[in-house]
Amino acid sequence: MSTLAVHDHGVAHHDEHGHEHHHNQSFLSKYVFSMDHKMIAKQFLITGITMAVIAMILSILFRIQLAYPDKTFPLLTTLLGHFAPNGRISTEFYLSLVTIHGTIMVFFVLTAGLSGTFANLLIPLQIGARDMASPFMNMLSYWFFFLASVIMLSSFLVQKGPASGGWTIYPPLSALPKAMPGSGTGMTLWLISMVCFVASSLMGGINYVSTVLNMRTKGMDLWKMPLTIWALFLTAVLGVLAFPVLVAGVVLLIFDRSFGTSFYLSDIVLNGVPQPYEGGSPILFQHLFWFLGHPEVYIVIMPAMGISSEVMSVNSRKPIFGYHAMVYSLIGITVLSFIVWGHHMFVTGMNPFLGGVFMITTLIIAVPSAVKTFNWLATLWRGNIRFTPAMLFAIGMVSFFISGGLTGIFLGNAALDINLHDTYFVVAHFHLVMGSAAIFGMLAGVYHWFPKMFGRMMDEKLGYLHFWLTFIGAYLVFFPMHFMGLDGVPRRYYAFTEFASMQRWLTVNTFITWAAIMAALAQVAFLYNFITSIFAGKKATQNPWEANTLEWTTPVEHLHGNWPGEIPTVYRWPYDYSKPGAEEDYIPQTTPFSQTMSSNLPHDFEDNPVGLEEQNKFTSTLKANEEVK
Amino acid sequence: MAFRKFINSKTLLSFFAAFMLLGTNVLMAQTPAATGAGEPEAPQVDWAGVSYYVLIFFLICLGVAVIGKILKIYDLTLKIQGKKGLKWNTVMGVICLVFLIAGIYGAYWSFTVQGSMTLPESASAHGVNIDEMFTVTTVLTMIVFFITQILLFTFLFRYRHSDKRRAYFLPHDNTIEKIWTIAPAIVLTILVVFGFFTWQKIMDTSEKVGDINIDITGHQYKWELRYPGKDGILGPKDFKLVTGFNKLGVNFKKRSSFDDLAVDTMYLPVHKTIRLNIQAQDVIHSVYMPHFRVQLNAVPGLPTFFKFTPTITTAEMRRKTDDPKFEYLVYCNKVCGGGHYNMQAVVRVVTEAEYQAWLSRQKPYLTDQLKKELHFAAAESSKSVSQNRLALNN
Repeated sequence: MSTLAVHDHGVAHHDEHGHEHHHNQSFLSKYVFSMDHKMIAKQFLITGITMAVIAMILSILFRIQLAYPDKTFPLLTTLLGHFAPNGRISTEFYLSLVTIHGTIMVFFVLTAGLSGTFANLLIPLQIGARDMASPFMNMLSYWFFFLASVIMLSSFLVQKGPASGGWTIYPPLSALPKAMPGSGTGMTLWLISMVCFVASSLMGGINYVSTVLNMRTKGMDLWKMPLTIWALFLTAVLGVLAFPVLVAGVVLLIFDRSFGTSFYLSDIVLNGVPQPYEGGSPILFQHLFWFLGHPEVYIVIMPAMGISSEVMSVNSRKPIFGYHAMVYSLIGITVLSFIVWGHHMFVTGMNPFLGGVFMITTLIIAVPSAVKTFNWLATLWRGNIRFTPAMLFAIGMVSFFISGGLTGIFLGNAALDINLHDTYFVVAHFHLVMGSAAIFGMLAGVYHWFPKMFGRMMDEKLGYLHFWLTFIGAYLVFFPMHFMGLDGVPRRYYAFTEFASMQRWLTVNTFITWAAIMAALAQVAFLYNFITSIFAGKKATQNPWEANTLEWTTPVEHLHGNWPGEIPTVYRWPYDYSKPGAEEDYIPQTTPFSQTMSSNLPHDFEDNPVGLEEQNKFTSTLKANEEVK
Repeated sequence: MAFRKFINSKTLLSFFAAFMLLGTNVLMAQTPAATGAGEPEAPQVDWAGVSYYVLIFFLICLGVAVIGKILKIYDLTLKIQGKKGLKWNTVMGVICLVFLIAGIYGAYWSFTVQGSMTLPESASAHGVNIDEMFTVTTVLTMIVFFITQILLFTFLFRYRHSDKRRAYFLPHDNTIEKIWTIAPAIVLTILVVFGFFTWQKIMDTSEKVGDINIDITGHQYKWELRYPGKDGILGPKDFKLVTGFNKLGVNFKKRSSFDDLAVDTMYLPVHKTIRLNIQAQDVIHSVYMPHFRVQLNAVPGLPTFFKFTPTITTAEMRRKTDDPKFEYLVYCNKVCGGGHYNMQAVVRVVTEAEYQAWLSRQKPYLTDQLKKELHFAAAESSKSVSQNRLALNN
């Protein structure tokens, strides 16, 4: 593996000026148009958290509608104006809320907020680079994301309301402005916002891939990278390959909407009037959308997997079990995720034979996921588990991933999907496996790397409170939904009042809403903790978690270029925790084997015959000494 | 520390709470004026409700802060006495165990109480296969679910931090990794094979004699049903022919169209194979009949069909579910606009005799108005053709 010693000019630069050049930066170039990866990571994080809070409030609004379909809340009219006439959310605005909640959570929080934050923060710090491969593009990536967020939110200011065809925006509903109010200007803004978002995501992704491949420090070969980096790297590869397809789909949709083409439209009669569209296929859009959409769910979950692996290893004081298997399963998921998209389309009228094929590939992808779960369990086994808030969230991620992953086996089966498709069973499934698990991975990352980002510690007790309320709340919200789905209750229904058979679920809906409100209020504990800790948290030490990875060898105070002197060299893998014979229960990656003769294992010298000879000499003298005694 | 600040700013907080209360009261006074005469009895209770809940939330926050403070003081006194302070790792380990036990009970409760609220037995022949498949999958996944969750949370309790211990250095074990790669692979292979053949059987497209063809067409927000007449053949359609009286655009140049029937409720004879021809006019809808385990999207421009055989009549199902008002329904299960949540049609499964009796009462699709319209249209088209000729001659 070639490892470039990069940014030599950076080193020289620092030697000449020392710390002085920080103070030369203006407010604008330091905090706003920053090109420093650590600052960009913070920008992504704070924007992501803001979007998450907004999307969460939207979800509470529609949960209130579901729990109390017959009650009026004048406050809603005050807040939402004509979107909620007479104290009740209108049917169209309900769908807008659902749509924008989904879009923001999937793309803006769990893609940009998660990958954007941790890829930016961790890739240079954990592989030993001074910054990203192209910092300027990195800055653009954030600002395109910011622009996309603003455009997406601005659709609430449009007279007819935001896009409302569901986050999957299937045409013809999204293509025909007359089909529903949200398909007018709101939909146009949605499409523009997504194009900006994909531009952002691509610029970020290309940067992450090139940085990981070209800028690793001396000794950091691919098999010495922490699992976070593996996960973020493969996520970026997925994003770079999948997102352009969404743009293709979106551009054709823009053509259909604004230029009179018929890519997705055919044989349409609207309000009793035949429309001139002919020859298109709505299914084409679904293929293009899910060609991104399915890799997208792995784009969302893989960084969470990587973060959890790292956090669990550090806090169990144990190496991650089966490091190679973990990497290969990530690679397996990456490859397979491109050939499973059809499982979203079993009942769309796609050829049934194709359905059979997609069922096979879908159930194959469960194998690497199962391997990962078992490896996490094995990592905990006989560990010495420290319950930091980060560790709790990583564990929560594993628990959700098991619960939500298992229901995926039902939905991946085409025969079972006939009756479960688009019911609350699906809602429960993806909120557990992709929503809750991914957000828990993200929160684990925030709690774990907060000291690295802000130089201060978060309050642990508030973290515990936050974890338990959110964890229990999420299960209370999503567990009962499985049974609603098994009763055939469709998703995206404004009210359950029109079907006699659904009315018995109204009490369950009220319960779910109150559980959701509890979980949402628990986030206040997080926000309070997050904001006060930035300014008044306990000062962090250099390596507060006693972790092995490189980012904890940088000074607490942020430097442009990360390390004050030379970038440290890496000698070992990142998971030497509790190695027998070692003095401490952790050995940083920067410690050479020559300093840890008492704890080295023959396995450590697989491609290093000279080292092995030295080690053998050491052990034989040790034995000889013992015999003398 | 963060908690202390919270307590010190107690006065600030109560000011804020009072401000919120005042603010909402002011707003409350405004709303009746804003909504005006339309609703004089605007329910003010909800307004009081909002400030009430906000206050409760602040009280809870305060309570949490006080408890945090007490814990902190307790921790400090323990340390002053030379003890180790609160062992948070133990506390969390115990909570994990409590969560596991409560969680298992909760899951059990949910399975028994809410699980009994799910769909009754399948009312179609193929649905029985789906239900079998479902049972097998549920048993297998629930075994894995309980084992893994129990292991996860007992490990957390069992291996919680202790200063006296060191974790066991175990980077990998190839044998056990092979086992837990191959074991899920085998289980999934069984499920795939089972599922693949079930799926192929359900989606079997071969035609059989005696199938009843029924046309179901979705548009915002209604299902249109069309039955073939005595000839058993549905007339062809073309969306360009849609008018006010010919909602489906049936082509009346073909003889088979003339005896087609337009109906409101989908009557199905029991034990007969039904072929539902599924279409949509404006946006994607989805024909979802959960009791029959039937679902297929209705896509404009892509006619599809689903074949199934009802096995339980509505009357029997009413007895079985002990619900005299029970009806089979068609739901729309693909978001299609504001009225999506109320786009339904009633399905009645009846005996053959009842079916024939019902069929004989149904009105033809070709109504008198439609006849008039078509006649008129035919005359007009012949006129325009002759005019075109004239134009060409000129």
